[in-house]
Amino acid sequence: MVNLNVDINGLKLKNPVLTASGTFGFGLEYADFVDLERLGGFIVKGTTLNPREGNPYPRMAETASGMLNAVGLQNKGVDYFCKENYPQLKDLKTNVLVNVSGSCIEDYVETARRIGELPNIPAIELNISCPNVKEGGMAFGTDPKSAGEVVAAVRKAYGKHLMVKLSPNVTNIVSIAKAVEDAGADSVSLVNTFLGMAIDVRTRRPKLSTITGGMSGPAIKPIAVRMVWQVAHNVKIPVCGLGGIVTAEDAIEFLLAGASCIQVGTANFLYPDATVRVLDGIELYCEKYGVKDISELIGGMKQ
Amino acid sequence: MSKKVIRDLRVIGNERIGGSFFMLTLQSEDALPVIMPAQFAEVKINNSVGTFLRRPISIHDVDYDKQTIQLLVKIAGDGTATLAHLREGDLLNVVFPLGNTFALPLSGRVLLVGGGVGVAPLLFTARYMQRFGFRPDILLGYRSKSNILRKEVYEKFGNVFYSTDDGSFGEKGTVMQHSIFNSENFPYTEILACGPEPMMRALAKWALEHKVECEVSLENKMACGIGACLCCVQNTKDGHKCVCTEGPVFNVKQLLW
Ligand SMILES: Cc1cc2nc3c(=O)[nH]c(=O)nc-3n(C[C@H](O)[C@H](O)[C@H](O)COP(=O)(O)OP(=O)(O)OC[C@H]3O[C@@H](n4cnc5c(N)ncnc54)[C@H](O)[C@@H]3O)c2cc1C
Ligand SMILES: Cc1cc2nc3c(=O)[nH]c(=O)nc-3n(C[C@H](O)[C@H](O)[C@H](O)COP(=O)(O)O)c2cc1C
Ligand code: FES
Repeated sequence: MVNLNVDINGLKLKNPVLTASGTFGFGLEYADFVDLERLGGFIVKGTTLNPREGNPYPRMAETASGMLNAVGLQNKGVDYFCKENYPQLKDLKTNVLVNVSGSCIEDYVETARRIGELPNIPAIELNISCPNVKEGGMAFGTDPKSAGEVVAAVRKAYGKHLMVKLSPNVTNIVSIAKAVEDAGADSVSLVNTFLGMAIDVRTRRPKLSTITGGMSGPAIKPIAVRMVWQVAHNVKIPVCGLGGIVTAEDAIEFLLAGASCIQVGTANFLYPDATVRVLDGIELYCEKYGVKDISELIGGMKQ
Repeated sequence: MSKKVIRDLRVIGNERIGGSFFMLTLQSEDALPVIMPAQFAEVKINNSVGTFLRRPISIHDVDYDKQTIQLLVKIAGDGTATLAHLREGDLLNVVFPLGNTFALPLSGRVLLVGGGVGVAPLLFTARYMQRFGFRPDILLGYRSKSNILRKEVYEKFGNVFYSTDDGSFGEKGTVMQHSIFNSENFPYTEILACGPEPMMRALAKWALEHKVECEVSLENKMACGIGACLCCVQNTKDGHKCVCTEGPVFNVKQLLW
């Protein structure tokens, strides 16, 4: 038996497989395909203080080995989550994390505070990296000073595990990660989507209603692995790695680069059972290579 | 709605049926889940460099005894072109059955309206209605006589009327120009439709003006097909709705057309 347990700075996961926010709904959408309790945890759709309708259709464009999205944080607001979604999730024997977004510091703080009152949500993932909303979102995550400010403010209002999700749309991701660490984050997750765009040459119109959108999927994986490796070597808090993971090998690459856990995102659209495929594959890999404890892999790249 | 499954289905038939249309017959090793009219499948396409996401395709027909489903597909781009080359024995990974269904009335007369490849979900709809003693009338619009798909099969389940753009079969013009919509008396209490968006918009406008119940099946672009990504939304009177789970069928009264 392989020991797959990981301890993310106090957040205990039975295995390192989580799901990426916005790609896994509220978990239950996948219940026909996945035994949710097998997962280390899952991270639900980005939640904001007030309901948001999101951006107009079309919100999605396929690209080579990936996709662009411009959903724009459509969600029913934190109170709806607490009243309607939470009761359906609270008894699951896995970690349910809420991805928290906002357009100003006060919104982030208030949303985090309300989620903090839910006993069975052990952590939030603070999204300071959404490229699809005009105000805020990524604006917080692309400058070390404002990233530090929003994290420090949320830290005061939220006592449980605070994971901060970083934007890759920066020149120096290490400086942002350090600022977030100094401001009190318990862990960081990276990467969110890369800002991109696509044009329909037949109509000469942008393929997304917002012109630009967030790029995800296997096409971004090598850049994400590089960023995880850089950050993991420069901060003390654990790193959760994501970006283009489809197979167990992809996931193990992130672990070897220094991630302590990983998230499966866009792959859920290709294979709704992608998470358990990755999990089974990690276990097989460990057996095959004589890995007794998953921690042997974390940061285990040889040079 | 029944549980969704992800399965490798075996291709047991892939038949060219004129022009850019073909019909795939896929067999499941295990019993099929219950499938409702207008539900669709998300098909994983391999060996197509430009195709990353699954492709949503309506379930055209179902045979529970043989454990087969059929997909009627029009070649639109790389993904569908790759499907056209599948051979007997190949496996196709499919997630199904997805989406809602037409609200089938308990009484009254139903008119099914289809245009182009939008005729696909109407065959299983008509077959399903037959089980409940209904024989709908069916109005199908095509570009020309040579594009008409599976004529005899549709005619088994309903009285079929045709319109063709060039007048080579049935009445000349679009489905909206057909005499069904242009005579004194419209005998139907409900219209169920699938086709190109301009056709469905025109139909919706007509149905609202004439106070006839009308449901349309939409074809927004999808990523997940199961309500998780919020990419496929249609703007409605109640805000953004997912076409993959709250659709593909919408009552036109709900739409902002
Ligand atoms: C619920 C649903 C049911 C469908 N049922 C059928 C069916 O039974 N038979 C069938 O042949 N097709 C059906 N379609 C449409 C089918 O999914 C698209 O034609 C297919 O995705 C095109 O893929 P491709 O790779 O061949 O073309 P691409 O290269 O992806 O696209 C080629 C062209 O088609 C357009 N296109 C792509 N996807 C769509 C879409 N969803 N709607 C409208 N235009 C699109 C693109 O903009 C482009 O111009 C359905 C779509 C939906 C959402
Ligand atoms: C449709 C879609 C919606 C997303 N919504 C969110 C969101 O609400 N909050 C967030 O932090 N990230 C969101 N993301 C980003 C993903 O969580 C993830 O960071 C990104 O897709 C990269 O991982 P992947 O390549 O494995 O998908 C979304 C991504 C997609 C494709
Ligand atoms: S396609 Fe993902 S929600 Fe409809």
